[in-house]
Amino acid sequence: MSDTSTQIPMVDYLVLGDDPHLQATKCTSCGSAYFDRRNACASCFGTEFSTEPVATEGIVTAFSIVSFAAPGVPTPFVAAVIDCDGTQVRGNIINCEPDADTVSLGMAVKLATYSLGADSAGTEAIGFGFEPA
Amino acid sequence: MASDDIFILGINMTKFGKHPDKDALDLGAEAVMAALSDGGVTMADMGILAAGNLLGSPGFGQSLQKQVGQTGIPVYNVANACATGATALRTVVMAIKAGECDMGLAVGVEKLAGAGLLGGGGKPKSDDDTWTPNGRYGAVASTDGRIGTQTMPGVFAQVGMEYGHKYGGTSFELFAKISEKNHNHSVLNPLAAYSKSMSLEQIMGDLMIAYPNTRPMCSANCDGAAAAVLVSGEKLKSLSDEQQKRAVKIRASVLTSDPWQDGCQILPDVNTLTRMAATQAYEAASVGPEDLDLVELHDCFATAELVHYDNLMLCDEGGAVDFFESGKPFRDGERPVNVSGGLQSKGHPISATGIANVWEVCHHLRGEAGDRQIDGARIGLAHVIGLGSACGVHILESAAA
Ligand SMILES: [Zn+2]
Repeated sequence: MSDTSTQIPMVDYLVLGDDPHLQATKCTSCGSAYFDRRNACASCFGTEFSTEPVATEGIVTAFSIVSFAAPGVPTPFVAAVIDCDGTQVRGNIINCEPDADTVSLGMAVKLATYSLGADSAGTEAIGFGFEPA
Repeated sequence: MASDDIFILGINMTKFGKHPDKDALDLGAEAVMAALSDGGVTMADMGILAAGNLLGSPGFGQSLQKQVGQTGIPVYNVANACATGATALRTVVMAIKAGECDMGLAVGVEKLAGAGLLGGGGKPKSDDDTWTPNGRYGAVASTDGRIGTQTMPGVFAQVGMEYGHKYGGTSFELFAKISEKNHNHSVLNPLAAYSKSMSLEQIMGDLMIAYPNTRPMCSANCDGAAAAVLVSGEKLKSLSDEQQKRAVKIRASVLTSDPWQDGCQILPDVNTLTRMAATQAYEAASVGPEDLDLVELHDCFATAELVHYDNLMLCDEGGAVDFFESGKPFRDGERPVNVSGGLQSKGHPISATGIANVWEVCHHLRGEAGDRQIDGARIGLAHVIGLGSACGVHILESAAA
């Protein structure tokens, strides 16, 4: 995972390298976190933002085991909301059985990355999910 | 009646279900003609038309006029996801309140029979065979299904699960029981798309769409329309005794959007804006949840119904599971919820829903609901929510009160 020159993150808020993590744009006045660009903070209307790393470990606060999806998306998959030390994150629960006996509310999870495959130029796309901690 | 009150003079919903021989204009016109007739008025009396049809062509309201009467009145084509119908109603309420006119027409129509999953989907794959960042998240592939889900069943499943994480007491079986209640209610509603009772075993054993919601726990995509004629209190005084007697008073008409909450960009927060709308509505109407004789709330999924017991303050905060298990939201309970069968049975033709819910409540307040009449119903509440989000709450009272 150290050679990231031929890798591309699936989304721009996923930081690859030796210590893969998500990053958020945080409002410098109230700390609200965003994963896309904002003109003003939706919470306090402040206009100063900084980029901060998001904790890679968290707790599942909501999930659904989804049986139907757009073509190309493997099903069933576990869609979830993870509370990463106060920052809410959307992601799939991966590397475990997608059933209600395995996944539970309040379970501890940690960030994990996986390959979406390489394109014709040899660049590998890297996605992320959360696996049981 | 006070002059500055606003009343529903005429209202109608079509049969919900499959209407292969009718297009959106046919269905909309059917509801409009019936609502006008119900109110004893014609298009000549209308001062404004607000129309919603999310999946149709632009200018739907104007096309509808060509079916039922072109008089040159202003037309507002409105769109607010599943709250589109409520938004059309609210638009007419505001116009009458502003004194721009003394009567107006709101209509919502959708042709949805056979539509698949709504929401999510993602962009079609490009011809380019290299990973190329795209959109506000620089995504190289469709995020839906890879980074959680944005499909409605999955989103609303998580809404219910989140409630369970916060307060405990939820289970697959509990959510299925809520669905069982609504399917059993639907048996008495001849206009529902599905009016068969279902056992708990049938519901839990049906096709899983997004755990914990199986197919019968999801709102049914179907065709349908609903329309309402609104009138000012001042104008109503000049109408017949019969019209005055059947008029239903709009005690509150509220529309909200979601205020910032931590995490609302991750999982839509359907709670805060509903609670805000309910609070404003109870205050405007000078009534409390304990005064409601019936409630039609937005059970787009069984998991959603549970959280709205709490959001509409039908129970104490965190007490939705106990509220359900106490039997209160059943039609013979203290606070009947979704006696129409709810969206899970009645169906959910998106733009029609926010007026159809009001129709259901009016039907009971007028004492015209036949076999499913809630006896002595005097005050009722209709609630819808569209993701994005928009929440509409209307509190209604029988004029005979
Ligand atoms: Zn801020």
